[in-house]
Amino acid sequence: MRATTADREQSATYTYLICLAAWAIPGAGHLLLGRMQKGVTFLVALSLMFVIGLSLEGRLFPIEVQQPLVALAALADMGIGIPFFLARQFGAGAGRVVALTYEYGNAFLIVAGLLNMLVVLDAFDAVQGRK
Amino acid sequence: MRTSHLGLMIVFAFFVSVVFGTLMRDDPKEQLRFGAQLFTAFVIGGVALGWILYFFPL
Repeated sequence: MRATTADREQSATYTYLICLAAWAIPGAGHLLLGRMQKGVTFLVALSLMFVIGLSLEGRLFPIEVQQPLVALAALADMGIGIPFFLARQFGAGAGRVVALTYEYGNAFLIVAGLLNMLVVLDAFDAVQGRK
Repeated sequence: MRTSHLGLMIVFAFFVSVVFGTLMRDDPKEQLRFGAQLFTAFVIGGVALGWILYFFPL
């Protein structure tokens, strides 16, 4: 039986919602798809990476168009989803450039965001039935 | 939070290995095995790279 246009639109909406959830809360996409083990692992590991990055006095970079590398770092930071905006809201992630662990903190924050982007892609593949 | 450079590198390698292991494999045993391999490679590679750079002047 062929899928109707309405089915395809509903399927596309579902896919986007799963991807949005996966981006907003690390592991949420997998949890919604019933992949509990993967979802919990991503939730715990990526959240801890983000929190450790903040505690190491890393910086949540702002988007500065004049400084392309800073803008790219900001995009990577935003990959973690809602935690990024919550941290900014509560004044965390100001970054102290003279701190011994500043660069480590940045590495943790940036890589947590980038890994969450990979997790979103994995959730996309899962909802499309490729995995 | 204060720890050594090596300690932070090991913590970083641990989390990246956990996420990649979980992403790349579906079976939990395979995930554990692949994650452990990645972790070992990250730590040994990091220490080896550190020693190679030690011989280069700043």
